[in-house]
Amino acid sequence: MKHGKKIVVGVLSVLVVVALFFAAQRLVEPKYADDLLEGNFTAEYYEETTKHDVIMVGDCEVYENIDPMVLWHEYGITSYIRGNAQQLTWQSYYMLEDTLKYEKPKAVIYNVQALTHGEPQKEEYNRMTLDGMKWSKTKWDAINASMCEGENMVDYMFPILRYHSRITSLTKSDLTHYVTPRHITHNGYYMRVDVLPASESDVADPSWLLGDQDTASDTGDEEEEAVDPWDAVDEEALEDDGDASDPWDAVDQKDENTPKEKETEDGGVEFGDYPMQYLEKMRKLCEKNGIRLILMKAPSLAPQWYDSENQQVVDYANKHDLPYINFYDLLEETGVDFETDTYDGGLHMNLSGATKLSKYLGKVLSEQYGMKDHRSDASLAKVYDEKYKFHQEMIRKQQKELDDYGEIRSY
Amino acid sequence: MFISYHFIAFLLLLFVLYYLIPKKGQWVLLLIANFLFYFSAGTYYPLFLLATSFTVWLAGIMMERRDQQWEAYNAQIKAGDIPKPTREEKKKKKAAVNAKKKRVMLCCLLFNLGILAVLKYTNFVIDNVNVLASAMGKKELPYVNLLLPLGISFYTFQAVAYLLDVYWNKAKAQRNFLKFTLFVSFFPQLIQGPISRYNDLSETLYAPHSFDWKTVRFGLERILWGYFKKLVIADRISVAVVMLMGDPEYYTGAYVLIGMLFYAVQLYADFTGGIDITIGIAQVLGVHVEENFIRPFFSKNIAEYWRRWHITMGTWFRDYVFYPMSISKPLKKVTTATKKKFGMAGARRVAVYISTMVTWFATGIWHGAAWHFVVWGLVNGVIILASEECAPLYAKFHKKFPKLVSTWGYRAFQVLRTFLMMCCIRLFDTYASVRGAAKQFVHMFTRFDLSAVTKQEMIDLGLSVQDYVILMLGVLLMFLVSMYGRNGSVREKIAKKPYVIRYGIFVLLFFAILLCGNYGIGFDAQQFIYNQF
Repeated sequence: MKHGKKIVVGVLSVLVVVALFFAAQRLVEPKYADDLLEGNFTAEYYEETTKHDVIMVGDCEVYENIDPMVLWHEYGITSYIRGNAQQLTWQSYYMLEDTLKYEKPKAVIYNVQALTHGEPQKEEYNRMTLDGMKWSKTKWDAINASMCEGENMVDYMFPILRYHSRITSLTKSDLTHYVTPRHITHNGYYMRVDVLPASESDVADPSWLLGDQDTASDTGDEEEEAVDPWDAVDEEALEDDGDASDPWDAVDQKDENTPKEKETEDGGVEFGDYPMQYLEKMRKLCEKNGIRLILMKAPSLAPQWYDSENQQVVDYANKHDLPYINFYDLLEETGVDFETDTYDGGLHMNLSGATKLSKYLGKVLSEQYGMKDHRSDASLAKVYDEKYKFHQEMIRKQQKELDDYGEIRSY
Repeated sequence: MFISYHFIAFLLLLFVLYYLIPKKGQWVLLLIANFLFYFSAGTYYPLFLLATSFTVWLAGIMMERRDQQWEAYNAQIKAGDIPKPTREEKKKKKAAVNAKKKRVMLCCLLFNLGILAVLKYTNFVIDNVNVLASAMGKKELPYVNLLLPLGISFYTFQAVAYLLDVYWNKAKAQRNFLKFTLFVSFFPQLIQGPISRYNDLSETLYAPHSFDWKTVRFGLERILWGYFKKLVIADRISVAVVMLMGDPEYYTGAYVLIGMLFYAVQLYADFTGGIDITIGIAQVLGVHVEENFIRPFFSKNIAEYWRRWHITMGTWFRDYVFYPMSISKPLKKVTTATKKKFGMAGARRVAVYISTMVTWFATGIWHGAAWHFVVWGLVNGVIILASEECAPLYAKFHKKFPKLVSTWGYRAFQVLRTFLMMCCIRLFDTYASVRGAAKQFVHMFTRFDLSAVTKQEMIDLGLSVQDYVILMLGVLLMFLVSMYGRNGSVREKIAKKPYVIRYGIFVLLFFAILLCGNYGIGFDAQQFIYNQF
């Protein structure tokens, strides 16, 4: 009896420590509620109650430029974007592999911008992309494929080991979103309704889009100053979010010795083996599951999408008979205007631009690839009605902030 | 090395295996663990350690063999196997045996101290030669890039102590080379000591150990307490210490005092924390390692401080430098030569002075190959000698005011005085030059301006308000634990408390480290300060 009591006390003691451990871990984990909202994207997928015909994977060029609510509203297509800030090709592959555990879409759209990056970029983007992923072998592999110099698997397994220093800089959101994270996206789409015309911004040089491919490479200074949309997440917020003890930039982001991607003649990048290997894996995964893989390139003014880069995608698409939608070639058809359809001077679309791209994409998906219109499905319609309400509500709130402050502050 | 996930995993695996394998294999497992640990610190480090281990082991056996030959010679005489020698013949024989033994000892000593000297002090010598060369307008020597194996000072001193103990017949030579190597390479001690003696450590190091929950628990508690001191306090305050010491032009006056106090906290938490981890690891393995600190900041004078701080180093220098030197022939000659002028007592004092200053010179240079460390050591020596000289005056004062002396306030004054004095001496340790340290010491008084110490300036040292709160709580906890442990083991006292309290303390400590410790990406966990020695 005495022995039994000891065992019970021992087990209870261990359980209490374990419970406290996970409670403390949740407390110090970033909630991504006040800034760096992109950190919530991956986990939001698991809240989905319905399946999707189309899954989109990629970086900000997909989650800021395509709006699944438009696809639903206009064409009855169910879709979801599994995209994240600076989501690399291998991360997109694992994101897809993870998605296939829950559903089998009819089509997968991959935005090809990330092919220009051949090695892990930054720890904070890794964490924002991977922390929200449910634990599985896929997540393990994704972490292994993504870690920057200095990162280690244990920190991913037990995020408290990475984020413990936040204990001295917790905010109200760490408590208000302790249990329920802030829901940000509309089936993976990150909405912005504000406008920053390209002409009023110096973040990108649009002249190359008018046909002069060498513009940026000829004027080295301009290229240096051009903003990389991969830094869509506010770098200042990363560094100066009032959290002095949160050393995001502590990891050696890029080993200086890491070989750079080879340059092409026109100043573009020769896609590295690593991203191409994962694109190939993605293609085979889709093939194995009977999914149509569609390649896409969203229009953005920076970084420059070189002819040589485009040609590599075209060659790959031709070789494997894959459709490739290059929105740079479709500016007229889509009606995208960089004076009204972008919120950051041409790097990403605002709601207006995303709506235009989505309408075009929806048309292609339904007409050329036979995506079904599910609007007559009552149970789906009910779910999407709720989603659409949330969508409309966010438009209203963002508009109100614009009216009140002249800028969007909460999104 | 103690601050990494790999090390924690290594420890856990070792602890489990240690009690799973047959007891007679435990010491072999420890030896393997030592080499894995040392190899992971540096690929070529084990070679240096093996060289020391082999030469000292061999020398020990050779010296003991000389003794055995002498004993055999005496036994033969006793048994009548050989004709009884004259007193003179026997003396001659003994001298010959001792000479051979001494030769072995000296060769081995020079070889091992030579390795240490070459690896640690070559650039220091070159530096000084270059100063002279530069003054004389001659060509300067190039510096050399030499490997300095982790903990070389510690394991060399430990091996040398064994060598001399065997030479003086204070210890029996270890016949098993692997067992001896285990003694030299015991991994928890490699980082920063303590410097164990063979007779103290070997007994439990080679003995088989059964799993004893109380011992293991005590060991784990000690490890946790060590990590708390190291990660929560030392590594947190080190950020400010680096700022304060790194810009002496800006951080002057009152900031010198703040820097002194902060460094005292850092050094204490860092060094005692590391030793707690060392002793805790050994305890989990059933190995007894000598204490290295006994509440040093409660010392009432500097001599006492050095009996309580880094005890094993202090006793090492006492036993293997100070005592042998005091009774050495050259010093006896000095005593004889000065006897006429100063009288017997005075002449003896001269010998003690010389031995003391040489010992402190050695202690200083052992701490670092730089003149400011040498001066640090010599200042310690001078103050200790001055205190000795003033002892009669103190005794008179104490006799005159017995009531005052027995008060709590007077004792607190003594403790505070010693603490501040040691802080001042430590300026030579913290600032990278003798002149810099002296200048800051003067500026502490001449430029003292408390109004310069503002909240913003303190924040600019790299610590947030929350950091200061954590530090204050941490230091308070260290103080309370020290007070609580004055009359008995803290862990023994805690062990007598109800389970909920024991458990609560353990859980609080664990989570304090987990949440408030400076570790992981973003924190370049400061190497233990004593690593460099």
